[in-house]
Amino acid sequence: MSGEEFVPLSLTPLLIGTFAAIACALPGNFLVLRKQALIGDAISHVVLPGIVVAFLVTGAISTWPMMLGAAGAAIVAVVLIEAIRRLGQIEPGAAMGVVFTTMFAAGVLLLEQTDTSTVHLDVEHALYGNLESLIWLDATGWGSLLDVEALAGLPPELPRIALTLVGVSVFTWLFWRPLKISTFDEGFARTIGIRTGALGMALVITAAIAAVAAFDAVGSIIVIAMFICPPAAARMLTNRLEAQIAWSIVFATASAVSGYVLAGYGPLWLGGSDAVSAAGMIATMSGLILAAAAMFGPCRAHIGAHTST
Amino acid sequence: MIWDALTLQLGYNATLVAIGATLLGVSAGVTGTFLFLRKRALVSDAISHATLPGVCLAFMVLVALGGDGRNLLGLLAGSAISAWVGLLCMNWLTRRTRLAEDAAIGAVLSVFFGFGIVLLTIIQTMGVGRQAGLEGFLLGSTAGMLWADAMIIAIGGSATLLLVLILRRPMTLVAFDPEYAAARGLPIHRIDLAMMGLVMAVTVVGLKIVGLILIVALLIIPAVTARFWSERSEHVVLLAGLAGGLAGYIGAAISASAPNLPTGPIIVLVSFAFFVLSLFCAPKRGVLAAVLRHLRFQRRVHIRQGLLALAQGQKIYEPLTLRLLRRAGLVRPDGVATDSGKARAAKALRDEKRWEIVRADQAHEATAALYDGLRDIETVLTHDQIAEIDRQIGGPQGVPV
Repeated sequence: MSGEEFVPLSLTPLLIGTFAAIACALPGNFLVLRKQALIGDAISHVVLPGIVVAFLVTGAISTWPMMLGAAGAAIVAVVLIEAIRRLGQIEPGAAMGVVFTTMFAAGVLLLEQTDTSTVHLDVEHALYGNLESLIWLDATGWGSLLDVEALAGLPPELPRIALTLVGVSVFTWLFWRPLKISTFDEGFARTIGIRTGALGMALVITAAIAAVAAFDAVGSIIVIAMFICPPAAARMLTNRLEAQIAWSIVFATASAVSGYVLAGYGPLWLGGSDAVSAAGMIATMSGLILAAAAMFGPCRAHIGAHTST
Repeated sequence: MIWDALTLQLGYNATLVAIGATLLGVSAGVTGTFLFLRKRALVSDAISHATLPGVCLAFMVLVALGGDGRNLLGLLAGSAISAWVGLLCMNWLTRRTRLAEDAAIGAVLSVFFGFGIVLLTIIQTMGVGRQAGLEGFLLGSTAGMLWADAMIIAIGGSATLLLVLILRRPMTLVAFDPEYAAARGLPIHRIDLAMMGLVMAVTVVGLKIVGLILIVALLIIPAVTARFWSERSEHVVLLAGLAGGLAGYIGAAISASAPNLPTGPIIVLVSFAFFVLSLFCAPKRGVLAAVLRHLRFQRRVHIRQGLLALAQGQKIYEPLTLRLLRRAGLVRPDGVATDSGKARAAKALRDEKRWEIVRADQAHEATAALYDGLRDIETVLTHDQIAEIDRQIGGPQGVPV
């Protein structure tokens, strides 16, 4: 395909999808190891009421209030889960289930109650995102990458998700040692003076920021898939955290690129005429990678289990 | 208006929805309790999201066969198959690989749901133009519910309840003590699968009313609500059924009473209202009960410390202690002990001395372990034992003749 077609139509969605996938997969590695993988699920459900409330307050679809609303909702959810868990002495999974379903229901209700017919805000959009529509109309070819005027017309989601990715990477890099130690041996981490509670909270907040930024661009379904599938697949391949993170980045990129390409061109190859949902296809591809890793990965078995199974 | 809705006066469709939602609430509450007691509440999230590809595939098959794609029975059968496949995938991931259950849940949930969305977009471009009903399965749509749909829900719900009735004993045993169940020779793995199968049945039955995202709430919230009110599993099961049924009924009624009130979310919010009520007002495990317990304890500590201070002739400055003692008629407003206050104070000091002897004596070791500074010694020792201790303490000493 020529640059004239590829750069404006496919380059930006591809980059946004890839950045979002990596930004989610990075904290996902630690969440999977800490058995907190479903936090991504909970966050992506509660983002909806946050966005709707932000829309009701400001009366317009603008990015920053919505991001703030989504982040606020994520914090409210985390606090509520913790409060219900402690006050009611309920196991964390059930407390999480109570909170995120209720907040999602409240979001749907608010959405139905308000007149959003004039703006593009609905549940389906929140679930699948609109990766395909994030095109770069000002581009004319590869040369536009150096053209300041054309660069100003980039979809705003791209710099935002790139910034998020940088932020998440910096967090992982800065807190690498404490994160690694407290993930594998929380008791030891505490004895050498790491504040594990604060660190765990920081990890959840980082995950929430990645989720909200990715959600804005690609919808919640990719967020959940990327938090879990690439790290889980990487977990089957290695016993070293460094290698696991490297593999998870590879898998996240592979799912994003292959999912986007298959969604856009797969139906054409099969004789169809219309593209399918890129978000759904990326999630599906990450699932296929996980399935392959779970079947053939060298480190797939439980520690101490029969390797033949 | 709301009264009309609650007494089923709002017409045929509203009545059907209300009855269906009630039945669904009961069966979801009862089934969800076992899941909750087994500490696997979020498995329902994976199962419910895994229904989506089945619904879409069933629709495509039905259309390809030349039928009407919206045949509810066909769509539900499809959703059941794909939920079962998702369940098996999750089970396989947890048992055969090193992934923990939460990662397996999240993986199945997102991948199946993502694949379902791909299929949905394919259906949208198939040009059949009859796919409008399919998005309804995400959040439920009760507007066009038919008599046949209600019958499917009723039969499915009752069948689930019947199976729960048959399986309740092994499921309870596995939920509370899987090792013991295994030692008894019960096939734990199969019982777990059966439990998940029941959850799947409820999910499939509930697709039409609350949709696949919110059915999780109906499985989890009533069980958690009921747990506040009882410590006995059979009561929790029944109460969860009751809470779920009531939430379904009231929620359906509220949603029928005004426009723009979607049934599924309203049922979930009503259910959550019951939960909040229970969280605060439940007799033993509720927050209010815990606060009252704490205040009562605080009062006892203050009165006890106040009495000891009185007995030793120390002045009390602590305002709460003074207020409590005054209210009990033990001190006058100026802080001087009344007659009954003096008597109680002397008794408190003597009890303290008695405890001191008990705690120093190896023979009373078991009793001494009960000492918390508040317990009346008469509640743990007999009169004879106390008399014996009093003999050791002796009478007043050093009193000038």
